[in-house]
Amino acid sequence: MLCWATLKQTLLGAVLIFAIVFNSQVCANSEIDLQLFGHVSVESRWYPENGAYSSQSHHASGFVLEPELYFESVSGWSFNLVPFFRYDSADPERSHADLREAYFLLFGEIGNSEWELRLGIDRVFWGVVESYHLVDIINQTDLIEHPDEEVELGQLMAHVTWSGEWGAAEFFAMPHHRERTFPGRRGRLRPAIIIDDGRPSYESSAEEWHLDFAARYSQSLGAFDIGISVFDGTSREPLLRSRHHDDGLILVPHYEQVRQFGLDVQLTSNSWLFKLEAIHRADSQNLRFKEEDFEAFVIGGEYTFYSILDSAIDFSVLGEWTYDGRGSDATNAFEDDLLIATRLAFNDIQNTEIYASILEDRQHSTNALVVEVNRRISDQWSMNLELLSLFNVDKEDVQIDQTRRDSFIEFHLNYNF
Amino acid sequence: MIAIIYQNVRPVFLLFALHFAILTCFVSPKLESATPEEMGLEIARKADLRDEGFENFTAQQTMVLRNKHGQESQRQLRVKILEIPEDGNKSLFVFDSPRDVQGTALLIHSHKEAPDDQWLYLPALKRVKRISSSNRSGSFMGSEFAYEDLTAQEVEKFTYRYLRDEPCGKLTCTVSERFPVDKESGYRRQLVWLDQDELRFWKIQYYDRKDAHLKTLTFENYEQYLSKFWRAGLMKMVNHLTGKSTTMTWANYQFRTDLDDRDFTKTGLRRAR
Repeated sequence: MLCWATLKQTLLGAVLIFAIVFNSQVCANSEIDLQLFGHVSVESRWYPENGAYSSQSHHASGFVLEPELYFESVSGWSFNLVPFFRYDSADPERSHADLREAYFLLFGEIGNSEWELRLGIDRVFWGVVESYHLVDIINQTDLIEHPDEEVELGQLMAHVTWSGEWGAAEFFAMPHHRERTFPGRRGRLRPAIIIDDGRPSYESSAEEWHLDFAARYSQSLGAFDIGISVFDGTSREPLLRSRHHDDGLILVPHYEQVRQFGLDVQLTSNSWLFKLEAIHRADSQNLRFKEEDFEAFVIGGEYTFYSILDSAIDFSVLGEWTYDGRGSDATNAFEDDLLIATRLAFNDIQNTEIYASILEDRQHSTNALVVEVNRRISDQWSMNLELLSLFNVDKEDVQIDQTRRDSFIEFHLNYNF
Repeated sequence: MIAIIYQNVRPVFLLFALHFAILTCFVSPKLESATPEEMGLEIARKADLRDEGFENFTAQQTMVLRNKHGQESQRQLRVKILEIPEDGNKSLFVFDSPRDVQGTALLIHSHKEAPDDQWLYLPALKRVKRISSSNRSGSFMGSEFAYEDLTAQEVEKFTYRYLRDEPCGKLTCTVSERFPVDKESGYRRQLVWLDQDELRFWKIQYYDRKDAHLKTLTFENYEQYLSKFWRAGLMKMVNHLTGKSTTMTWANYQFRTDLDDRDFTKTGLRRAR
């Protein structure tokens, strides 16, 4: 079932495509570069343990289609279109569509500096660390895709960049808020009480049409890459409030107005990478629904042994510590956690890569193990294998405890075109 | 050389100076007093100077990777190079195939003495990542080319020793040894063949840290652009230890395009296509 927000985004995309087609008709004489690429994946996820809640199944299969269409005109402007569609056999909520990208891009010069304008739906990533993307706030998380919060929904925005030797200043105006996606009743990796994402509530009277603003300054200074950011608007992270409804008790996402200041720094020195992400967030409520301004940070390092034992293999070790000043009242599961990970990059024709990480909650006994294997099969085919295992789950660790039986193994076969 | 002598000596010595210059030209193209190290450095400087002023160029690159059983695999990418007069060049590589890395882009700011700066753009995550440049000896996309074989060959990155002159095809080549300054280089030394006429690379032999002859690179199909700049159309790298090889073909060379500094920034990298 496609939700209304997705429909709106799709409609907007259709209008943009129409504009493009119309435009290309008008300038029929001008040469327009058109490219189509993307990927189709067949995926299968298996949960060895029985679900904690009735109607959950052991197995979910499906496919993903994510093409990308790119137009470029002779005069220099371009348009990107990336629709996304997933079908999932187990959870109807997880079968969903989105417009990841549908934006016009223009750029030019002013003296020694450069301007760039991106208008439409786009994805923007801020940050440097691997474990938990603290600073990254422009896009909503497409959580139903993967519990690692790496996948993001498209965001409608006007994005202006002004850059020069002094760095890059970026300004964002976002007129529409996307709701986070959550698993449905039949899905795994969900809390005991269903999150009803069809009925969100907002602090702002403008609801999802509140105009959000953000800005970021970034610069590379020798071995340092630094970013400073500010966001003022509708929180991407909802509070989950329980409500009685005709169907029984449900959790309703509530989106507050927040202000967040962010800092991200990376120091690259020989084979070392040192990373820091820190935020200060104001006007948000904690897990006990009390207003609490807080700081949180992720600090870590990565070291790579290149060409180990005279082979082509690179071996990396990384460690990151995530800390949230709200402690046990933190609204996420990363209040005081340590991530230790290793990566083996074989640098072979198949680009084989093995990644393994273990996340340890320092306040509870909970551990999470992730193993990923990526390998290219041919020029167009590739595969991924992933294992996510939760163990020693602490009953006190409320957020993880509800998904304690949801360890899984997942296989993807991708056709890239 | 002769011009310098004209400017700096009094006329009374001119005749003698000219005579000396002509004489040395016939005996040997180098000064007799120069050490092999000085001569090697001089040749490298001249070759570098010979290619100065190209400003920028773009080209398409196709690599065919072959293992010892003859199985082949192809890589396609687009290359953009910007000349930076007082420092190392800036390079941008955009990958077209294999399709799983389509749109991935690598930005390198080479430096004469400091380590290079490298950023990788991952289109699926829309993430620009600063990466370590300590992987100099690592394989470029699984090929037999290491990163250090492809990034700017700045004069300062090596010390030199002239060895000999010898025929190479119809031309005469100078053969020099060069030793990487960077301790992270995968090589102990390289043997370089440059022709005397145009100072083009014809062959490089790579010797690993244990001084074993690891790889040989040969250059073919040279073409001249803007009546000055020579570029090879074909480069073949053979790994003697593994029996693997990589053929790199260059096409659509375009010089002095509208590229500038702004295309080689982190913001420009996000737009790279």
